[in-house]
Amino acid sequence: MSDTVLKPPAHTIPTAFTRAQLDWLPWLEPLAVEAMTERHLASLVDAARVKSPYFRLLARDPDALEARTRTDKDIFYNPDAGLPRAERELAAAATSRFNGCLYCASVHARHAATYSKREADVERLLDAGVTVDLGERWNAIVAASVALTATPSVFGPEHVDRLRRAGLDDLAIADVIHAAAFFNWANRLMLSLGEPAATAGS
Amino acid sequence: MPGTDADVIDTLVGIAPGSPLSAIRARRPEARAHAQATYRALFAPEKPGNVTAQERFAVGGFVAGLHGAPEIAAHYTARLSESGASIALKEAIDAAIAEARTSGPYGRYAPGPLSREDAEGPSYRVGAAIRPTLGPRLAAAFEHVHMLVFHPRDAAPAALQALLDAGWSTTDVVTLSQIVAFLSFQIRVVIGLRTLAGRP
Repeated sequence: MSDTVLKPPAHTIPTAFTRAQLDWLPWLEPLAVEAMTERHLASLVDAARVKSPYFRLLARDPDALEARTRTDKDIFYNPDAGLPRAERELAAAATSRFNGCLYCASVHARHAATYSKREADVERLLDAGVTVDLGERWNAIVAASVALTATPSVFGPEHVDRLRRAGLDDLAIADVIHAAAFFNWANRLMLSLGEPAATAGS
Repeated sequence: MPGTDADVIDTLVGIAPGSPLSAIRARRPEARAHAQATYRALFAPEKPGNVTAQERFAVGGFVAGLHGAPEIAAHYTARLSESGASIALKEAIDAAIAEARTSGPYGRYAPGPLSREDAEGPSYRVGAAIRPTLGPRLAAAFEHVHMLVFHPRDAAPAALQALLDAGWSTTDVVTLSQIVAFLSFQIRVVIGLRTLAGRP
Protein backbone atom coordinates (compact mmCIF):
# COMPACT_ATOMS: atom_id res chain seq x y z
CA MET A 1 0.00 0.00 0.00
CA SER A 2 1.39 3.42 -0.88
CA ASP A 3 1.89 6.15 1.69
CA THR A 4 -0.42 9.15 1.93
CA VAL A 5 0.01 12.72 3.13
CA LEU A 6 -1.16 13.81 6.55
CA LYS A 7 -3.99 16.24 7.09
CA PRO A 8 -2.88 18.61 9.86
CA PRO A 9 -5.35 19.26 12.70
CA ALA A 10 -7.32 22.51 12.67
CA HIS A 11 -4.94 25.37 13.37
CA THR A 12 -4.42 29.10 12.91
CA ILE A 13 -2.32 29.84 9.82
CA PRO A 14 0.11 32.71 10.47
CA THR A 15 -0.34 35.44 7.84
CA ALA A 16 2.56 37.74 8.75
CA PHE A 17 6.22 37.30 9.64
CA THR A 18 6.62 37.23 13.40
CA ARG A 19 9.18 36.68 16.14
CA ALA A 20 6.56 34.78 18.12
CA GLN A 21 6.96 31.05 18.75
CA LEU A 22 5.28 29.03 15.98
CA ASP A 23 4.45 25.35 15.73
CA TRP A 24 5.25 23.25 12.69
CA LEU A 25 2.84 20.57 11.48
CA PRO A 26 4.13 17.80 9.20
CA TRP A 27 2.50 16.79 5.93
CA LEU A 28 4.28 13.41 5.98
CA GLU A 29 4.38 10.87 8.79
CA PRO A 30 7.35 11.32 11.14
CA LEU A 31 8.88 8.19 12.61
CA ALA A 32 7.08 7.07 15.76
CA VAL A 33 9.36 7.43 18.76
CA GLU A 34 8.97 3.76 19.66
CA ALA A 35 9.89 2.72 16.10
CA MET A 36 13.18 4.62 16.11
CA THR A 37 16.41 2.60 16.09
CA GLU A 38 19.65 3.62 17.80
CA ARG A 39 20.79 5.00 14.45
CA HIS A 40 17.64 7.13 14.10
CA LEU A 41 18.04 8.48 17.62
CA ALA A 42 21.72 9.24 17.16
CA SER A 43 20.95 11.15 13.94
CA LEU A 44 19.02 13.71 15.99
CA VAL A 45 22.35 14.78 17.58
CA ASP A 46 20.40 16.56 20.35
CA ALA A 47 18.33 13.97 22.21
CA ALA A 48 15.61 16.55 23.01
CA ARG A 49 14.80 16.76 19.29
CA VAL A 50 12.96 13.45 19.60
CA LYS A 51 9.99 15.64 20.59
CA SER A 52 10.09 17.45 17.23
CA PRO A 53 7.99 16.01 14.37
CA TYR A 54 10.27 17.85 11.93
CA PHE A 55 13.40 16.06 13.12
CA ARG A 56 11.61 12.71 13.46
CA LEU A 57 10.50 13.07 9.83
CA LEU A 58 14.02 13.92 8.64
CA ALA A 59 15.37 10.99 10.71
CA ARG A 60 13.94 8.72 8.00
CA ASP A 61 17.26 9.47 6.23
CA PRO A 62 19.47 9.48 9.32
CA ASP A 63 22.86 9.93 7.66
CA ALA A 64 21.63 13.01 5.78
CA LEU A 65 20.00 14.44 8.91
CA GLU A 66 23.03 13.99 11.14
CA ALA A 67 25.41 15.55 8.61
CA ARG A 68 22.93 18.41 8.04
CA THR A 69 22.74 19.13 11.74
CA ARG A 70 26.50 19.08 12.31
CA THR A 71 26.98 21.42 9.33
CA ASP A 72 24.33 23.76 10.75
CA LYS A 73 25.86 23.88 14.24
CA ASP A 74 29.34 24.77 13.06
CA ILE A 75 28.11 27.50 10.71
CA PHE A 76 26.06 29.19 13.43
CA TYR A 77 27.68 28.28 16.74
CA ASN A 78 31.43 28.07 16.06
CA PRO A 79 32.75 30.86 18.29
CA ASP A 80 36.13 31.20 16.56
CA ALA A 81 36.16 34.78 15.19
CA GLY A 82 34.47 35.60 11.89
CA LEU A 83 30.95 37.03 11.85
CA PRO A 84 29.33 37.66 15.26
CA ARG A 85 26.53 35.24 16.09
CA ALA A 86 23.91 38.01 15.83
CA GLU A 87 24.85 38.67 12.23
CA ARG A 88 24.95 34.99 11.26
CA GLU A 89 21.36 34.92 12.55
CA LEU A 90 20.58 38.09 10.60
CA ALA A 91 21.72 36.38 7.39
CA ALA A 92 19.51 33.40 8.25
CA ALA A 93 16.51 35.61 8.98
CA ALA A 94 16.99 37.69 5.81
CA THR A 95 17.28 34.56 3.67
CA SER A 96 14.13 33.12 5.25
CA ARG A 97 12.27 36.43 4.80
CA PHE A 98 13.20 36.50 1.10
CA ASN A 99 12.32 32.85 0.45
CA GLY A 100 9.10 33.26 2.39
CA CYS A 101 9.66 30.77 5.21
CA LEU A 102 7.65 32.14 8.14
CA TYR A 103 8.73 29.38 10.50
CA CYS A 104 12.50 29.72 9.88
CA ALA A 105 12.24 33.51 9.91
CA SER A 106 10.51 33.44 13.30
CA VAL A 107 13.23 31.34 14.94
CA HIS A 108 16.19 33.22 13.51
CA ALA A 109 14.65 36.67 13.90
CA ARG A 110 14.30 35.82 17.60
CA HIS A 111 17.96 34.79 17.74
CA ALA A 112 19.10 37.86 15.77
CA ALA A 113 17.17 40.14 18.14
CA THR A 114 18.45 38.34 21.24
CA TYR A 115 22.12 38.46 20.25
CA SER A 116 22.10 41.96 18.72
CA LYS A 117 19.67 43.66 21.13
CA ARG A 118 18.30 45.40 18.01
CA GLU A 119 14.71 44.17 18.35
CA ALA A 120 13.21 47.14 16.46
CA ASP A 121 15.49 46.64 13.45
CA VAL A 122 14.76 42.91 13.31
CA GLU A 123 11.06 43.67 13.53
CA ARG A 124 11.35 46.09 10.59
CA LEU A 125 13.11 43.42 8.53
CA LEU A 126 10.19 41.08 9.19
CA ASP A 127 7.52 43.71 8.54
CA ALA A 128 8.94 45.60 5.56
CA GLY A 129 11.14 42.93 4.00
CA VAL A 130 14.71 42.69 2.79
CA THR A 131 14.97 46.19 1.26
CA VAL A 132 14.42 48.01 4.57
CA ASP A 133 17.24 50.33 5.75
CA LEU A 134 18.97 48.80 8.79
CA GLY A 135 22.21 50.78 8.66
CA GLU A 136 25.03 50.05 6.22
CA ARG A 137 26.64 47.04 7.92
CA TRP A 138 23.35 45.16 8.28
CA ASN A 139 22.21 46.36 4.84
CA ALA A 140 25.36 44.86 3.32
CA ILE A 141 24.79 41.52 5.07
CA VAL A 142 21.11 41.40 4.07
CA ALA A 143 21.86 42.38 0.45
CA ALA A 144 24.57 39.73 0.15
CA SER A 145 22.29 37.06 1.64
CA VAL A 146 19.45 37.98 -0.70
CA ALA A 147 21.69 38.08 -3.79
CA LEU A 148 23.02 34.62 -2.99
CA THR A 149 19.49 33.34 -2.33
CA ALA A 150 18.09 34.40 -5.71
CA THR A 151 17.89 31.51 -8.17
CA PRO A 152 20.05 31.76 -10.18
CA SER A 153 22.29 33.54 -7.68
CA VAL A 154 23.19 37.17 -8.43
CA PHE A 155 25.93 37.32 -5.78
CA GLY A 156 28.95 39.08 -7.25
CA PRO A 157 32.19 40.91 -6.49
CA GLU A 158 30.22 44.04 -5.62
CA HIS A 159 28.73 42.21 -2.62
CA VAL A 160 32.17 41.13 -1.42
CA ASP A 161 33.44 44.70 -1.79
CA ARG A 162 30.49 46.14 0.11
CA LEU A 163 30.92 43.65 2.97
CA ARG A 164 34.61 44.53 3.19
CA ARG A 165 33.81 48.26 3.27
CA ALA A 166 31.38 47.49 6.11
CA GLY A 167 34.28 46.02 8.08
CA LEU A 168 33.97 42.27 7.45
CA ASP A 169 37.14 40.24 6.96
CA ASP A 170 37.19 37.24 4.64
CA LEU A 171 36.30 34.75 7.39
CA ALA A 172 33.27 36.87 8.28
CA ILE A 173 32.28 37.09 4.59
CA ALA A 174 32.60 33.29 4.34
CA ASP A 175 30.29 33.10 7.37
CA VAL A 176 27.69 35.28 5.60
CA ILE A 177 27.93 33.00 2.57
CA HIS A 178 27.52 29.84 4.65
CA ALA A 179 24.69 31.21 6.81
CA ALA A 180 22.67 32.36 3.79
CA ALA A 181 23.46 29.17 1.86
CA PHE A 182 22.47 27.01 4.81
CA PHE A 183 19.07 28.66 5.04
CA ASN A 184 18.46 27.88 1.41
CA TRP A 185 18.75 24.29 2.60
CA ALA A 186 16.64 24.69 5.75
CA ASN A 187 13.91 26.85 4.20
CA ARG A 188 13.23 24.28 1.48
CA LEU A 189 12.74 21.47 3.99
CA MET A 190 10.58 23.51 6.35
CA LEU A 191 8.43 24.97 3.56
CA SER A 192 7.84 21.76 1.68
CA LEU A 193 7.38 19.04 4.30
CA GLY A 194 4.84 20.77 6.54
CA GLU A 195 3.42 24.11 7.55
CA PRO A 196 3.64 26.67 10.36
CA ALA A 197 0.86 27.14 12.88
CA ALA A 198 0.30 29.94 15.34
CA THR A 199 0.53 28.88 18.97
CA ALA A 200 -1.81 30.06 21.69
CA GLY A 201 -0.80 33.61 22.53
CA SER A 202 1.17 34.26 19.33
CA MET B 1 33.76 5.18 -5.10
CA PRO B 2 35.30 7.80 -7.39
CA GLY B 3 34.18 11.35 -6.86
CA THR B 4 32.99 10.90 -3.28
CA ASP B 5 36.20 11.11 -1.26
CA ALA B 6 37.71 14.36 -2.53
CA ASP B 7 35.97 17.35 -0.93
CA VAL B 8 33.40 18.32 -3.55
CA ILE B 9 33.07 21.98 -2.54
CA ASP B 10 36.87 22.41 -2.61
CA THR B 11 36.97 20.73 -6.02
CA LEU B 12 34.13 22.79 -7.49
CA VAL B 13 35.50 26.09 -6.13
CA GLY B 14 39.08 25.17 -7.03
CA ILE B 15 40.44 25.48 -3.49
CA ALA B 16 44.05 24.29 -3.33
CA PRO B 17 45.63 23.04 -0.10
CA GLY B 18 47.47 25.91 1.58
CA SER B 19 45.44 28.61 -0.18
CA PRO B 20 43.77 31.44 1.79
CA LEU B 21 40.32 29.96 1.19
CA SER B 22 41.47 26.56 2.42
CA ALA B 23 42.62 28.27 5.63
CA ILE B 24 39.22 29.96 5.95
CA ARG B 25 37.37 26.69 5.48
CA ALA B 26 39.66 25.09 8.08
CA ARG B 27 38.30 27.56 10.67
CA ARG B 28 34.90 25.85 10.33
CA PRO B 29 36.14 22.25 10.22
CA GLU B 30 32.85 20.59 11.20
CA ALA B 31 30.93 22.47 8.53
CA ARG B 32 33.52 21.48 5.94
CA ALA B 33 33.56 17.82 6.98
CA HIS B 34 29.81 17.48 7.31
CA ALA B 35 28.96 19.26 4.06
CA GLN B 36 31.05 16.49 2.53
CA ALA B 37 29.39 13.87 4.76
CA THR B 38 26.00 15.08 3.52
CA TYR B 39 27.19 14.73 -0.04
CA ARG B 40 28.26 11.15 0.70
CA ALA B 41 24.98 10.38 2.49
CA LEU B 42 22.93 11.60 -0.46
CA PHE B 43 25.09 10.56 -3.43
CA ALA B 44 26.99 7.50 -2.19
CA PRO B 45 24.76 6.25 0.62
CA GLU B 46 25.65 3.13 2.59
CA LYS B 47 21.95 2.23 2.54
CA PRO B 48 20.46 3.61 -0.68
CA GLY B 49 16.94 2.38 0.09
CA ASN B 50 14.57 2.77 -2.84
CA VAL B 51 16.21 5.83 -4.38
CA THR B 52 18.60 4.69 -7.09
CA ALA B 53 21.98 6.22 -7.87
CA GLN B 54 20.65 7.25 -11.28
CA GLU B 55 17.74 9.09 -9.69
CA ARG B 56 20.06 10.88 -7.26
CA PHE B 57 22.49 12.05 -9.95
CA ALA B 58 19.72 12.91 -12.43
CA VAL B 59 18.13 15.15 -9.81
CA GLY B 60 21.55 16.59 -8.98
CA GLY B 61 22.22 17.53 -12.59
CA PHE B 62 18.73 19.00 -12.96
CA VAL B 63 19.01 21.11 -9.76
CA ALA B 64 22.42 22.49 -10.72
CA GLY B 65 21.21 23.19 -14.25
CA LEU B 66 18.22 25.11 -12.91
CA HIS B 67 20.64 27.19 -10.84
CA GLY B 68 22.48 28.20 -14.01
CA ALA B 69 25.62 26.46 -12.75
CA PRO B 70 26.70 24.31 -15.71
CA GLU B 71 30.07 23.29 -14.24
CA ILE B 72 28.35 21.98 -11.11
CA ALA B 73 25.72 20.26 -13.24
CA ALA B 74 28.57 18.63 -15.17
CA HIS B 75 29.85 17.09 -11.94
CA TYR B 76 26.50 15.39 -11.35
CA THR B 77 25.88 14.37 -14.94
CA ALA B 78 29.39 12.86 -15.09
CA ARG B 79 28.49 10.76 -12.06
CA LEU B 80 25.19 9.93 -13.77
CA SER B 81 27.08 8.61 -16.78
CA GLU B 82 29.34 6.53 -14.50
CA SER B 83 26.22 4.98 -12.99
CA GLY B 84 25.36 3.55 -16.40
CA ALA B 85 22.66 6.00 -17.45
CA SER B 86 21.76 6.19 -21.12
CA ILE B 87 22.72 9.09 -23.35
CA ALA B 88 18.96 9.55 -23.85
CA LEU B 89 18.49 10.20 -20.12
CA LYS B 90 21.28 12.76 -20.04
CA GLU B 91 19.75 14.49 -23.08
CA ALA B 92 16.32 14.44 -21.43
CA ILE B 93 17.79 16.18 -18.36
CA ASP B 94 19.34 18.87 -20.56
CA ALA B 95 15.99 19.32 -22.32
CA ALA B 96 14.21 19.52 -18.96
CA ILE B 97 16.63 22.21 -17.77
CA ALA B 98 16.03 24.18 -20.96
CA GLU B 99 12.24 24.03 -20.64
CA ALA B 100 12.11 24.55 -16.85
CA ARG B 101 14.58 27.38 -16.24
CA THR B 102 13.23 30.60 -14.76
CA SER B 103 14.21 32.79 -11.82
CA GLY B 104 13.05 32.81 -8.25
CA PRO B 105 12.04 32.94 -5.49
CA TYR B 106 8.38 33.58 -6.31
CA GLY B 107 5.11 32.20 -5.03
CA ARG B 108 2.08 32.97 -2.91
CA TYR B 109 1.50 33.43 0.79
CA ALA B 110 -1.53 32.36 2.80
CA PRO B 111 -4.21 35.03 2.16
CA GLY B 112 -3.62 38.05 4.36
CA PRO B 113 -1.25 40.99 4.72
CA LEU B 114 1.53 39.18 2.86
CA SER B 115 -0.65 38.68 -0.23
CA ARG B 116 0.68 42.02 -1.51
CA GLU B 117 4.03 40.24 -1.87
CA ASP B 118 2.60 37.38 -3.94
CA ALA B 119 4.67 36.93 -7.09
CA GLU B 120 3.38 34.82 -9.95
CA GLY B 121 5.57 32.39 -11.81
CA PRO B 122 5.35 29.12 -13.68
CA SER B 123 4.65 25.68 -12.27
CA TYR B 124 6.66 23.17 -14.27
CA ARG B 125 5.15 20.22 -16.07
CA VAL B 126 7.57 17.87 -17.81
CA GLY B 127 7.16 18.08 -21.57
CA ALA B 128 5.61 15.21 -23.50
CA ALA B 129 8.78 14.71 -25.55
CA ILE B 130 10.95 13.79 -22.56
CA ARG B 131 8.40 12.29 -20.17
CA PRO B 132 8.78 8.71 -21.51
CA THR B 133 12.57 8.87 -21.15
CA LEU B 134 12.39 10.15 -17.57
CA GLY B 135 9.69 7.68 -16.58
CA PRO B 136 6.91 8.41 -14.07
CA ARG B 137 9.08 8.52 -10.94
CA LEU B 138 11.68 10.92 -12.26
CA ALA B 139 9.10 13.04 -14.10
CA ALA B 140 7.15 13.54 -10.86
CA ALA B 141 10.40 14.28 -9.05
CA PHE B 142 11.47 16.93 -11.59
CA GLU B 143 8.12 18.73 -11.28
CA HIS B 144 8.55 18.79 -7.50
CA VAL B 145 12.20 19.80 -7.74
CA HIS B 146 11.31 22.82 -9.88
CA MET B 147 8.94 24.04 -7.15
CA LEU B 148 11.58 23.50 -4.45
CA VAL B 149 14.22 25.35 -6.44
CA PHE B 150 12.21 28.34 -7.68
CA HIS B 151 9.02 28.74 -5.63
CA PRO B 152 9.24 26.77 -2.41
CA ARG B 153 6.61 28.89 -0.66
CA ASP B 154 4.04 27.36 -3.05
CA ALA B 155 4.63 23.97 -1.41
CA ALA B 156 1.45 22.11 -0.47
CA PRO B 157 0.44 18.58 0.56
CA ALA B 158 -0.85 17.93 -2.98
CA ALA B 159 2.71 18.22 -4.31
CA LEU B 160 3.86 15.50 -1.90
CA GLN B 161 0.85 13.35 -2.77
CA ALA B 162 1.86 13.55 -6.45
CA LEU B 163 5.24 12.08 -5.50
CA LEU B 164 3.65 9.34 -3.40
CA ASP B 165 1.29 8.54 -6.29
CA ALA B 166 4.30 8.22 -8.62
CA GLY B 167 5.87 5.57 -6.39
CA TRP B 168 8.01 7.60 -3.99
CA SER B 169 7.58 6.42 -0.39
CA THR B 170 7.52 8.84 2.53
CA THR B 171 11.17 8.03 3.27
CA ASP B 172 12.07 8.44 -0.42
CA VAL B 173 10.47 11.91 -0.39
CA VAL B 174 12.61 12.88 2.62
CA THR B 175 15.72 11.79 0.73
CA LEU B 176 14.65 13.59 -2.46
CA SER B 177 13.90 16.75 -0.48
CA GLN B 178 17.29 16.58 1.24
CA ILE B 179 19.04 16.19 -2.13
CA VAL B 180 17.41 19.33 -3.54
CA ALA B 181 17.76 21.33 -0.31
CA PHE B 182 21.39 20.31 0.23
CA LEU B 183 22.29 21.21 -3.35
CA SER B 184 20.63 24.59 -2.86
CA PHE B 185 23.25 25.05 -0.10
CA GLN B 186 26.22 23.48 -1.87
CA ILE B 187 25.74 25.47 -5.07
CA ARG B 188 25.54 28.76 -3.14
CA VAL B 189 28.63 27.98 -1.08
CA VAL B 190 30.51 27.23 -4.30
CA ILE B 191 29.30 30.44 -5.99
CA GLY B 192 29.98 32.52 -2.88
CA LEU B 193 33.46 31.19 -2.17
CA ARG B 194 34.43 31.35 -5.83
CA THR B 195 33.39 35.00 -5.89
CA LEU B 196 35.35 35.68 -2.69
CA ALA B 197 38.42 33.94 -4.13
CA GLY B 198 38.15 36.08 -7.25
CA ARG B 199 38.42 39.26 -5.16
CA PRO B 200 41.75 38.88 -3.31
